[in-house]
Amino acid sequence: MIAIAAGVTLIAIAAALVLNAFQGNVVFFFSPTQVAAKEAPLDRTFRVGGMVEKGSVKRRADGLTVDFIVTDTAKSIPVVYSGLLPDLFKEGKGVVAQGKLGPDGAFVASEVLAKHDENYMPPEAAHALSKAQADKAAKSVVSPGAAR
Amino acid sequence: MTSDLLRFAAPQAFFPVAGKLIPWFSILAGALALAGLYVAFVVAPTDATQGESYRIIFIHVPAAWMSMFIYLVMAGWAALGLAMNTRLSGMMASALAPTGAMFTFLALWTGALWGKPTWGTYWVWDARLTSELVLLFLYLGFISLKEAISDPARADRAGAILALVGVVNIPIIYFSVQWWNTLHQGASVSLTRAPSMAATMLLGMLLMALAAWMYSIAVALARLRRIIVERERDAQWVRMQRAAT
Repeated sequence: MIAIAAGVTLIAIAAALVLNAFQGNVVFFFSPTQVAAKEAPLDRTFRVGGMVEKGSVKRRADGLTVDFIVTDTAKSIPVVYSGLLPDLFKEGKGVVAQGKLGPDGAFVASEVLAKHDENYMPPEAAHALSKAQADKAAKSVVSPGAAR
Repeated sequence: MTSDLLRFAAPQAFFPVAGKLIPWFSILAGALALAGLYVAFVVAPTDATQGESYRIIFIHVPAAWMSMFIYLVMAGWAALGLAMNTRLSGMMASALAPTGAMFTFLALWTGALWGKPTWGTYWVWDARLTSELVLLFLYLGFISLKEAISDPARADRAGAILALVGVVNIPIIYFSVQWWNTLHQGASVSLTRAPSMAATMLLGMLLMALAAWMYSIAVALARLRRIIVERERDAQWVRMQRAAT
């Protein structure tokens, strides 16, 4: 019995050490802050993840190329992508883009995936929630010049 | 009292008990699944962002929970068999493995079908998805290993060691979404905080999870009875029972 417990503990420690060593490889995407700090492999293909900044999505004249900004509220990174976007791709929602960093600092994506959050709610509740947030935001604006 | 319970550790004593329990768990599984499906498709509202495709959670989440929980129970029986040298423990572990593998496959499969419209891809190699795939291989490896060794006692021991080594994967699956950046979302339901999900959605999911529990018990017991008869085919009581029917 003790031998089994000791064996399982040893394996657990070994697994923890291995996973710790692979930490960088297990990470599925890098945040814009990590990219800015050059923690991401900038010379290779990698994934960047965060929120699509509100009001940043712009479609180019060819109708297929999209420009948007991925942000983690601290840092942000502009992304260019040509292709079909998933249904859940929305401003203010999570996104993971795979590609390379261009010379101009823009991230050229070859694949864009939507990242869903863990909240599930009926449309009425979502509507009430966004309304409450908008009301709160309206109250917090002090100078009228700040409001667009 | 304890000796009364320990009596059932003998395959011969547990065989009729399992037979009596199976119909009850089957009925419970059916009733809970009907109630759960009713809540899932009729009562629960549409999700604000995902629309109808979110309804995959009513099968995906219970399947994923069961895939991890059955493995823990299986490894628990395996450890008991290894420590106490009881015959029934190894049979219990063998009886649970196919059901666990089935739920693991179901979780991966439904997740892929949901992932395409929601994420935009069937599969990504993120920590959650990869560790769940490893779990499927652990189940299949456990089943194959036991089938490959003809001596039951040796098969039980070898299987138990494999099952125990694989236990480290379970916390990795569960906490992967917290430890690393993953495409898979975090847990909506956990023991430490209020669920981030509408009440009727949660109810549907819990009913389906309970149905999955009952189903697993019923199926595992039925499989256990088959394994007992197979392994004890030369024992006096099995011969007598076969002669009687």
